[in-house]
Amino acid sequence: MALTREQLAQRVAQEFQDGFYVNLGIGIPTLAANYIPDGMQVMLQSENGLLGMGEFPTEDEVDADLINAGKQTVTMVTGASIFSSADSFAMIRGGHVDLTVLGAFEVDCQGNIASYMIPGKLIKGMGGAMDLVAGADNIIVTMTHASKSGQSKLLSECTLPLTGKGCIKRVLTDLALMDIEDGKFILRERAPGVSVEEIKSLTAGDLVVPDDVPEMQV
Amino acid sequence: MSGFDKVVSSYEEALAGLEDNMTVVAGGFGLCGIPENLIKEIKRKGTKGLTVASNNAGVDGAGLGVLLEDKQIKKMIASYVGENALFEQQMMSGELEVELTPQGTLAEKMRAGGAGIPAFYTATGYGTPVGEGKESREFDGRHYILEEAIIGDFSIGKAWKADKYGNLVFRKTARNFNPMAITAGKIAVVEVEEIVEVGELDPDEIHLPGIYVNRLIKGTFEKRIEQRTVRSA
Repeated sequence: MALTREQLAQRVAQEFQDGFYVNLGIGIPTLAANYIPDGMQVMLQSENGLLGMGEFPTEDEVDADLINAGKQTVTMVTGASIFSSADSFAMIRGGHVDLTVLGAFEVDCQGNIASYMIPGKLIKGMGGAMDLVAGADNIIVTMTHASKSGQSKLLSECTLPLTGKGCIKRVLTDLALMDIEDGKFILRERAPGVSVEEIKSLTAGDLVVPDDVPEMQV
Repeated sequence: MSGFDKVVSSYEEALAGLEDNMTVVAGGFGLCGIPENLIKEIKRKGTKGLTVASNNAGVDGAGLGVLLEDKQIKKMIASYVGENALFEQQMMSGELEVELTPQGTLAEKMRAGGAGIPAFYTATGYGTPVGEGKESREFDGRHYILEEAIIGDFSIGKAWKADKYGNLVFRKTARNFNPMAITAGKIAVVEVEEIVEVGELDPDEIHLPGIYVNRLIKGTFEKRIEQRTVRSA
C-alpha cells in the first residue's frame, strides 16, 4: 500500500534528531511536526522570521502579527526567537538549519528538483524554496512517486523549470525512500506491502536496488 | 518636522513626491506587517506605472492587490504571487510584468540596496531560470550567481512602535521584510501603531535606527488574517 499523508509525515519525523533546527515546507512536511518523538527537542524554523514555531493558536490566542510561511496563524514555543527575512535566509543559506523538508513536482537522478512552476499553467513563484535547496545540505523531498495517470515523477532529467540543480540527495515518496548518488536513485526502503517491481516500474530514472530493501517502519 | 522629528500629520504628506513610474520597495509577508494605509494612499493618489518590490502582491482587495484594480503597477518583483486572481489575469495578459525572485535573494537585494552593496553572489537560483543571463562564478567548487541590489525611489514599511526620531520596534513576525525594505528606499516612509516620546524606547530594544526613516506616521490597522488556523482550547 502507498503511504498515506500521515505515514509520510511519520517517516519524515524519523529523520529528526535531538537538537535539530528544521524547516518544514507547506503540506506533508508541516504534518511531520505532529510526530516529533517524545523527549526529543526539535526547533521549527519558519522562513518568514520565526525560530521555535508552536502549534496553531486557540481562538483567544490568534494574533495577526504571528504567522508561519504558509500565512497560517501560529504560536511560539518557549525559547523562540524572531528575526527579519534577511536574517532568516542568512540562517538558511549559511547552512545553519539542520534539516529541510519540502515538496516537489519532479526530481531527477542528478539531484535536480523542479517544484515551483508549470509553464502556462501554474505560476505562483518559488517563495523560499530556491534558497532552501541551495542552502541546505540535509534535504528530504516528499512527493508522490507518480502522477495520478501513472507518470513517474522520478526522472532521468527534470522536464519542468528547476528550483535547484544537483542539490537533492534524499527523496521520500508514497512508495519508497531513495538516496541519490552518482547520477542514480538508490532504493533504501519501500512502503509496507509495496514490491520492488512496482517501484521500479514507476521510476523513470536509473534505479539501483540493493540486495536488501527493508519495509519502512510506519 | 524639525530636527530629527520624522512625524508627518497626514498620509498625503507621507507620500508627497511619489510620482508615476517610480520604484517602491514594500515590507510585509503576505498580509502580515504590510503598510496597509500607505498602500491605500497610493491607490487614492492614483500613481501609475509603478515598479513594486515586495515578497507578495497582496490578495484580491487587500494589500498591494488594491493597486492592481486600477492597473497602477507596471512591474512586480516578488517571490510568491499565488493568492491573487487579478494578479494572475494581468500577468497572463502581459499587462503586468513579473520578476519572480527567490525569497532570500529578494530580502538580500533589499538589504544590499540599503547597505551600499551594489551586488552579491548567491548559490540560490544557479542552474535555474532565475540564474539565466546572470554572471556566475565558482568559489571553492560551488557555483554562485551575481544578484543586484534593489533601491527604491520610495520605501514603505510598517512597524509596531516608534519614537518621534523614527527609531523602530517591530512586533512578532510582522517584522519580516520590513527592516530591509525600509532601508532600501531613497525616501523611507513608515507607519506605526504607536509613536512614543524620544527617550521612552530603550536603545538596546530598537530593531531599526531612525537614521533609515524619513517620514513617520501613526495609523490604525485592519490586520487582515490570510489563513486563520486554530486548535480547540
